Amino acid sequence: MIKFTNVFKAFPKGGLALKDVSFHIAKGEFVFLTGHSGAGKSTVLKLVFAEEPVTSGEVRVSGFNVAELRRKDVPMLRRRLGIVFQDFRLLEDRSAEENVAFALEVTGARRSTIPARVMRVLTQVGLAAKAQAYPRELSGGEQQRVAIARALVNEPTVLLADEPTGNLDERATRGVFQLLRDINASGTAVLMATHDLDLVRQAPYRVIELQEGALVYDSVVDEPRDQAASP
Amino acid sequence: MNLTIREALLTFRRAPLLSALSVTTIAFSLFVVGLFGLVAVNLQDALRGVAERVEIVAYLLPGTPIETITLAEKDIEAFPEVQSAVYVSEDSALTRARGELVEFRDVLQELERNPLPASIELKLRPRFRDAQHVNEVADRLRGFGFVDDVRFGRDWVEKLDRLRQVAAAVGLVVGAAFAVVAIIIIGTTIRMAVLQRSREIAIMRLVGATDGFIRRPFLLQGAIKGLLGGLVAMGLAYGAYTLINRWLIQAAFFSKEQAVAIVGFGTLIGLFGSAASVGRHLRRV
Ligand SMILES: Nc1ncnc2c1ncn2[C@@H]1O[C@H](COP(=O)(O)OP(=O)(O)O)[C@@H](O)[C@H]1O
Ligand SMILES: [Mg+2]
Repeated sequence: MIKFTNVFKAFPKGGLALKDVSFHIAKGEFVFLTGHSGAGKSTVLKLVFAEEPVTSGEVRVSGFNVAELRRKDVPMLRRRLGIVFQDFRLLEDRSAEENVAFALEVTGARRSTIPARVMRVLTQVGLAAKAQAYPRELSGGEQQRVAIARALVNEPTVLLADEPTGNLDERATRGVFQLLRDINASGTAVLMATHDLDLVRQAPYRVIELQEGALVYDSVVDEPRDQAASP
Repeated sequence: MNLTIREALLTFRRAPLLSALSVTTIAFSLFVVGLFGLVAVNLQDALRGVAERVEIVAYLLPGTPIETITLAEKDIEAFPEVQSAVYVSEDSALTRARGELVEFRDVLQELERNPLPASIELKLRPRFRDAQHVNEVADRLRGFGFVDDVRFGRDWVEKLDRLRQVAAAVGLVVGAAFAVVAIIIIGTTIRMAVLQRSREIAIMRLVGATDGFIRRPFLLQGAIKGLLGGLVAMGLAYGAYTLINRWLIQAAFFSKEQAVAIVGFGTLIGLFGSAASVGRHLRRV
């Protein structure tokens, strides 16, 4: 599904953001990517969705050889992925349902199928009642649910989430995290970057920890640690 | 409705001010190009009218037999530069003089002998009406034994030549300058439209829209702006032309083909301006 083999990433201006990172995430897995700010979590995700070129090593994502992907094939990769961020990235001048429909429209979905598909994912994230609301009329947690609905509407095999709860209060954080768990339970793999260790302790999921660009801990291969032990 | 078309048209509603600004700037730059074009068109017309009068007259020695002249006339008419060669006999020269020089009618009436020589009057084809060709033809005419003298307005033909060169050079330089300015202005307004929508573009890329898909609404939008700008410019030019015609001088307007070409040029500028702007933006993200 997602396989990193001896991956290095250097930014043009800046040092090594990733140093010899290798891991393999299977279909349907839920994986936390943890580490301090600047450890390289976002960089790992950016390599997965081909936002940044791989400096060396191999990155494979659901059949795509990302390191050698040509620019024109990047959209095809992204259609297999759902991506959400800390800052939601919704379009302010479109309602919730229009934001979700946007992802279908711009990837050439059959128009007649769009309304039903949009309503289905909005229902899934618990926002069917607010389909017509604009982002400014929604709370942070609700906006993140719209963003998740948009990420899900193309039925991705993997959901990438970069600090999805970073801007949310505790209550909204719990709600959004539960939603991600539900999504995973229905078969979608989730790779979630977070530095919220409370959240990590709440669930029995695999943890990959980065430190200054190096993978220092992976709960699948290493001994369980107190810090990441399941409840 | 097709998404590309809808997105392109939506821009006019989402950003009416910016769109109006783009169309207006395109219109004014094309208008200036158009005005210049109008001046050029009229100058061309005027020069053509003047060139119309470029004429070479070969005066013939008295007593040249008419058969020789008829043969020579055929020869001369066969010159590639020559449009027409007309023989004017001594008698018809006199008749014409009587008709044209009314003040001297009495004098001319009383003449015992006709003092006017016979001549062959030549008109050159339009593209040969310049100093070089006029001189060449004149030289060739002097080669005929029965030709006494060859006349044409030498100074005048040379001045016409210089005028043509100046008009062409100025037209090219000023026209090109304004066209470049128009392209830059249009590129800038499209660039603003692109920046205004950079969030949308980023999200499109994120969810897997292709570059071509992202580009298309902007190209259409640019072409529409260019088209509208061209039409407005043509309207303005027509207004200016009407005013000039009424208050200043009789002038000519663009032919239908020229008008279509200018509007088409506007559309192309809009298209290429936006292609460049979007392309640059996509290459950077
Ligand atoms: N575009 C960039 N140019 C240069 N350096 C970058 C860039 N993006 C990230 N970095 C550097 O790479 C390292 C890892 O960043 P990041 O992956 O964003 O960390 P995290 O998401 O874990 O906080 C940091 O040192 C950061 O400064
Ligand atoms: Mg980060």
